[in-house]
Amino acid sequence: MAEVEVKDSGKGGKKGRQKKMKIHVDFTPMVDMNMLLITFFMFCTTLSKPQTMEISMPTNDKVTEEEQNKVRESEAITILLGDNDRVFYYLGQPKYEDYTSLVESSYGADGLRALLLERNKTVVNKVKDLKERKKREEIDEVTYDSLVSEAKKTKGSPVVMIKAKLPDENGHNGASYRNLIDALDEMIICDIGRYAIVDITEGDLFLMENFEQKGALSDQIDPNLVKN
Amino acid sequence: MAKVKVKRKSTLIDMTAMSDVTVLLLTFFMLTSTFVQKEPVQVSTPSSVSEIKIPEINVLRILVEPSGKIFISLDKQEDRVNVLNAMSSMYGVSFTPEQINKFRLATSFGVPIKQMPGFLDLKSEIQDQTLKNYGIPCDSANNEFKEWVRAARKSNPDLKIAIKADQATPYDKIKTVMSSLQDIKENRYNLLTSLKSLPAEENQ
Repeated sequence: MAEVEVKDSGKGGKKGRQKKMKIHVDFTPMVDMNMLLITFFMFCTTLSKPQTMEISMPTNDKVTEEEQNKVRESEAITILLGDNDRVFYYLGQPKYEDYTSLVESSYGADGLRALLLERNKTVVNKVKDLKERKKREEIDEVTYDSLVSEAKKTKGSPVVMIKAKLPDENGHNGASYRNLIDALDEMIICDIGRYAIVDITEGDLFLMENFEQKGALSDQIDPNLVKN
Repeated sequence: MAKVKVKRKSTLIDMTAMSDVTVLLLTFFMLTSTFVQKEPVQVSTPSSVSEIKIPEINVLRILVEPSGKIFISLDKQEDRVNVLNAMSSMYGVSFTPEQINKFRLATSFGVPIKQMPGFLDLKSEIQDQTLKNYGIPCDSANNEFKEWVRAARKSNPDLKIAIKADQATPYDKIKTVMSSLQDIKENRYNLLTSLKSLPAEENQ
């Protein structure tokens, strides 16, 4: 619908004079088409790229078991992911006879995070300091990354073991994938450098059960078993 | 009586400015967005504070839906063909060129290898509808999942593995996937999450 209006001067048209042309292009169909294209793009694409969490698991070799035991008792924190979004932790070695050694916590800010931030104070402060320095542009991205990973290796920083309870055959009473991600999330927030996802043991299940029953099962412990 | 002459006004609206705006919007959408990948099942990923972005190419996506069914998607067509050929020679299932071509064009797959030829013979609409009923077997008796990933790794050594699982998936399903990956010495992989803002920054 491009229309070219020719305006007549009305006086029969003097020769030699340029005729005034008013060119008017109607853009309505163009707008229609663009709108359609925009709608198409809005429906068929996503703006957000998915985020990822990089994890590296230990190899299946037997070494890992020994290395796990090497962890100093004061550094070790074991997090047990239970059923119905519940979470427990114990410090150091499990004390099977004392049910209060297991503490119930939560995925919220005042649960695991408070504990880990407290335990990992030196590293957290170091990382915070580095972040400040990066903000003031004293250090660039690459050195920041290397310094952070160095800070996370500080001696005395906690080693966290994440153990998730497996559901029963019907898929109930176990930890879910979200619980695992939440727990891993806390590791990132609290700048924990050393953490691992470990299989849950009989002992851990017993601890949780004993905690439920407020220590009623403590008497049933075979003293010989505890020694092992 | 003199008639009141209504002056005829042109009702033309200049659409040029409008067109400019729409073109700008269109450009914005084209440049910033990525196409939604067709996935056999919809899963909602858990949120995390991690801000690492996933690369766009060379990704092997493992889709785990809440009941534990596993689907794999590969982004390169030649990888898909290589993987299928490797699997067909391993399990002794042969495919016709048409079937291979159909497999090449499908982004994600997740059918037990024995049923694969029959599945590929179906029309693509029916394939889309029924794919969610299958899933790659991943148990100790028949772990095809392991072989698929191993074949994919062989075909493309730069492949990055990403697990996309629903947040309600029970832990044991995730564990079977993880331990299968561990068995074939794939110890570094990504877990896909959606973004959640960092709590420390919220307080500031």
